[in-house]
Amino acid sequence: MSDILASFALAVRLIAGADRELRRIVSLSLEVSLAAALMACAIGLPLGAWIAVHRFRGRRVAIVFLNALLGLPSVVVGLLVYLLLSRAGPLGSLGILFTPTAIVLAQTLLVLPMVAALCRQMVEDGWGEYREQLTSLGVSPARAVPTLLVDLRFSLLTVVLLGFGRAASEVGAVMVVGGNIDGVTRVMTTAITLETTKGDLPLALALGIVLILVVLAVNALAYALREWSARRHG
Amino acid sequence: MAEAMLPLDARGLGIRFGDVQALRDVDLAIEAGRRIAVLGANGSGKSVLLRTLHGLLVPTTGTITFAGRAERPRSQAMVFQRPVMLRRTALANVEYALGINGTAPADREQLARRAIARVGLSHIARRQARALSGGEQQRIALARAWALEPALLFLDEPTSSLDPAAAGEVERIVQEIHAAGTTVVMTTHNLGLARRFADEIFFLDAGRLTEVTPAERFFSAPASREAALFLAGELP
Repeated sequence: MSDILASFALAVRLIAGADRELRRIVSLSLEVSLAAALMACAIGLPLGAWIAVHRFRGRRVAIVFLNALLGLPSVVVGLLVYLLLSRAGPLGSLGILFTPTAIVLAQTLLVLPMVAALCRQMVEDGWGEYREQLTSLGVSPARAVPTLLVDLRFSLLTVVLLGFGRAASEVGAVMVVGGNIDGVTRVMTTAITLETTKGDLPLALALGIVLILVVLAVNALAYALREWSARRHG
Repeated sequence: MAEAMLPLDARGLGIRFGDVQALRDVDLAIEAGRRIAVLGANGSGKSVLLRTLHGLLVPTTGTITFAGRAERPRSQAMVFQRPVMLRRTALANVEYALGINGTAPADREQLARRAIARVGLSHIARRQARALSGGEQQRIALARAWALEPALLFLDEPTSSLDPAAAGEVERIVQEIHAAGTTVVMTTHNLGLARRFADEIFFLDAGRLTEVTPAERFFSAPASREAALFLAGELP
């Protein structure tokens, strides 16, 4: 028990002293996670909204498939990206395996189904409310997509933030495609795994605390935004 | 504008939802300049008729023509019992409708401001539309429709969820929209409003249009037993 408390105290000191290694790992984590969340949203939000308002053959299958992707094991995504980017793979010539770019790609693929599925559900609910009014004004389903995305922006911002949180807390795929290389691809989650196995609990704990704080902050921000939007827009 | 859209002619109009025949064999004509109230008991098909004429529902049978042509002109608008406002200002809501209608960006604000002024709400043009009261939202919805200068305006129970003061204001605006040259077709349960407003009545009974008659005659001597019962308050 005293070991844990001592490790915890050391972890707090690392955070308070803005330890250089800690800062480097946290900053890389935030960068790749933000990039992945933005890329996933750039594709997932329009895709989800498009599926929500259009009626096409195979739509139900597409929705079931999209929802099923939510449960995709992250190491499997990591493995697929690894196969794509490995030297013998179709994108091997890019030479980006074990780089932050590979991490961003894997995180994007993991976050994309979540963003698209949540967006589809939100926009479909919104479309149920808006459809008659917008159709009456002469708005086509294609034109309704940007209108709904703009009008539901505060709810959808929650999706963006949740996507970021999901990317930041990812470990399996990031380990496979990033390789956890010190100073290059070591992010918070992979560093926690490594430091724990090495027995360096203070650094692992410090990173764990930062990660929890990041996830908490993201969720608090999402909640606050939704509350503010409800008060302002009704 | 009215020349391109009206008269609207519906022939043999029918619409079916599963086992329910919501409209059957409806023949009607809407001439330019009319003020028509669509009356009938709950579930008689009033809202379905309006939505079908406006193009929101596709009829199972029958045809609708506009000044003899099958293509639906854009010169029509509809205001619903509970209007849906976009999460933006009242002014931006009207500008949005103008944008969809093809109005040049440079003209939208001025036209939107004029429409909002006509419904007496210039002082709240910059307020968030969803934060407005029900009556104010309905007036903004009327401004949004009026800004498009429609030849034909459909109103689905426009006053039924409003208090008497707000309902009176909406009625005044609808009269002004008509006076400005728009043909108005309105469903309502408010017989007082129908009496004051309409010059023609469409009476629906179980999806059939059983009376098309001048308002004065309808209220003094309804032709059908169902209409008489409805006026006596004996139909829901």
